[in-house]
Amino acid sequence: MSPDKPKSGDKALSLYVPEPEFRPGDTPDFSDVPIPKAGAASRPEIDVEAGDIRDLAYTIIRVLNRNGEAVGPWAGLLSDDQLKVGLEDMLRVRAFDARMLMAQRQGKTSFYMQALGEEAIACAFQKALRPGDMNFPTYRQQGLLLSTDYPVVDMMNQIYSNAADPLMGRQLPIMYTSKENGFFTVSGNLATQFIQGVGWAMASAIKGDTKIAASWIGDGSTAESDFHSALVFASTYRAPVVLNIVNNQWAISTFQGIARGKAATFASRGLGFGIPALRVDGNDYLAVYAVSKWAVDRARAGHGPTLIEHVTYRVGGHSTSDDPSAYRPKEESSAWPLGDPIERLKNHLIAKGVWSQAQHVQARERIEIEIAEAQKLAEKNGTLHDGPHSTPASMFDDVYKEMPLHLRRQRQEAGV
Amino acid sequence: MARMTMIQSIRSAMENAMERDDNVVVFGEDVGFFGGVFRCTQGLQEKFGPQRCFDSPINESGIVGAAVGMAAYGLRPCVEIQFADYVYPGYDQIASEASRIRYRSGNDFTVPMVVRMPTGGGIFGGQTHSQSPEALFAHISGIKTVIPSNPYDAKGLLIASIEDDDPVMFLEPKRLYNGPFDGHHNRPVTPWSKHELGDVPEGHFTVPLGKAVVRREGAEVTILAYGTMVYVAEAAAKETGVDAEIIDLRTILPLDMETIEASVAKTGRCVIVHEATKTCGFGAELMAVVMEGCFYHLQAPVIRVTGYDTPYPHAHEWEYFPGPKRVGDALRKVMEAA
Repeated sequence: MSPDKPKSGDKALSLYVPEPEFRPGDTPDFSDVPIPKAGAASRPEIDVEAGDIRDLAYTIIRVLNRNGEAVGPWAGLLSDDQLKVGLEDMLRVRAFDARMLMAQRQGKTSFYMQALGEEAIACAFQKALRPGDMNFPTYRQQGLLLSTDYPVVDMMNQIYSNAADPLMGRQLPIMYTSKENGFFTVSGNLATQFIQGVGWAMASAIKGDTKIAASWIGDGSTAESDFHSALVFASTYRAPVVLNIVNNQWAISTFQGIARGKAATFASRGLGFGIPALRVDGNDYLAVYAVSKWAVDRARAGHGPTLIEHVTYRVGGHSTSDDPSAYRPKEESSAWPLGDPIERLKNHLIAKGVWSQAQHVQARERIEIEIAEAQKLAEKNGTLHDGPHSTPASMFDDVYKEMPLHLRRQRQEAGV
Repeated sequence: MARMTMIQSIRSAMENAMERDDNVVVFGEDVGFFGGVFRCTQGLQEKFGPQRCFDSPINESGIVGAAVGMAAYGLRPCVEIQFADYVYPGYDQIASEASRIRYRSGNDFTVPMVVRMPTGGGIFGGQTHSQSPEALFAHISGIKTVIPSNPYDAKGLLIASIEDDDPVMFLEPKRLYNGPFDGHHNRPVTPWSKHELGDVPEGHFTVPLGKAVVRREGAEVTILAYGTMVYVAEAAAKETGVDAEIIDLRTILPLDMETIEASVAKTGRCVIVHEATKTCGFGAELMAVVMEGCFYHLQAPVIRVTGYDTPYPHAHEWEYFPGPKRVGDALRKVMEAA
């Protein structure tokens, strides 16, 4: 049989390449995107089997309805005071981002990445953890640190690579680290940290400790093999880890359909591993907290891993090096049906009668001033553009615990 | 002291390390109940339980990536990659992660991890069970790369590697597991029980990382070698009658430049031998070190004897393997040159 000759009736094959629905110039319309009603999703026990909650991997768990009310079985976990803290955390992230974006535009640093529109995810998740737990974040989880007592000035010192940078100018801006605040050193490579978090969680279990880990990944980088590695190891050893996918729809210019086709959901990838998978409204602070707390409690109780898909939208560019108007309509973010996380939490607190527009403006202004003052302090320590920086000799430090001969010789040659 | 093969001494190293420190854990493909395809972890699961010695999925990026996370937690994982040829899926975790975490985090996180892997040919393993990827590790800043050549060193170096606070790639020349091998593949195999370096203390001891050792003193030429090639070099020196000084590097990074420089300054000639492919092999780095440090002492061009720049050919193993004849030819050539 000759392989060259098709049989009569055969149709020529053609490759399917997914395309997003809207490109620049189109009018984005998400009215056909199904948004489940707030309060509709069930809330299972934490020792549930993955197969018994398959529906939660395909729906979107939501707590806040259109009237700003918290409804359904996932509601009612946070006090008014805790919600106000959450609102301020998100305002802090937004103000921090705005300032640092501007600093990059002013040439004070090389690079910045904002979390605009995604603030609820990291801020709410952090509140579900305990001191001693460890996040393995991507580059867009600054909210994890900004929701702890980590000094804002030190984050800025890192962004400026200045003389007070805790990382001595070695890392790209925003690649923070803080063991003390449960924030593993950000790599900048994608997905590598997803399996590392699983290993860290396995270590806690091996030692008989009570700490848990949280791994983070974006929709695009779930395509990396390390995502698969993490799910294999997490399910095999029932590691006490929460595996977070932040689905913000865009991986630089590539829409999320390239990472998953147009089939299923990212959350549903957990089901084949027997890992309970929950899809949550990432712009709903209450829903993110409730689902995160469920998964954290489950891990800590020894029931193993959970996969969470946080559904959100990346309102800003991928980074300061990106121009999203080249690949998606400018209006897309405002057409996105899940709204703005800060507005939604604010409206909820106002609807409850514990917050007002005036209080909100006051809080926002206070936080903006705090951030601006921190920026002034940080800039006293220098900026990438103008210095001062750490000493050049320090670039040879910490490659190894003890500097080997070849590095000592190179440092000498460098004359630093 | 006990007579040990290299397999037994490697197992003994892990056993000692696990006894001394609860934070040492061992895992990899087939290493648990079965004790590894080369049996280097035999008995460890039985002795220390499945939480400290266990089977892993067939997933090298997962093995190394999980070990990175465990090490960041405070454990000292000593993981096995079944063959060095299989390490590449885990290479990103080594090259981009483990190696840089101390540096990029300003000492906030560290990765005291050992990745063990059988390396080299000589067992008819074909392309996928014979590779020597050491140069791919030596090129990375922030990790150490160790290649022992005998049971005594294997144990002492492995304990030192496990106790080291930086990530260590530990390449075990599989052809040496059961005895020294000089490349004469048609002759009977000498077991470690008949070699003085098969005498290994049963208790804890270390051989320092980053220190080479002179295996044979000589005045006419320095041979730089590691792993299996140490014995090939010994055979070649004996068979040619050239008074060669043989340096067993033991650790290729950090490299013991001082021992190399002192020897070449003394002999004025240098032959570099490794089993890995030639182009950009570690021999190229060794030659550069000799040129930078000893150029005015040299009486002849430095020669490399290496595997060829081809995949490891199954049927032509012994034509590919840089055996004593090729090393002997290089010794004669370097002696004739001046």
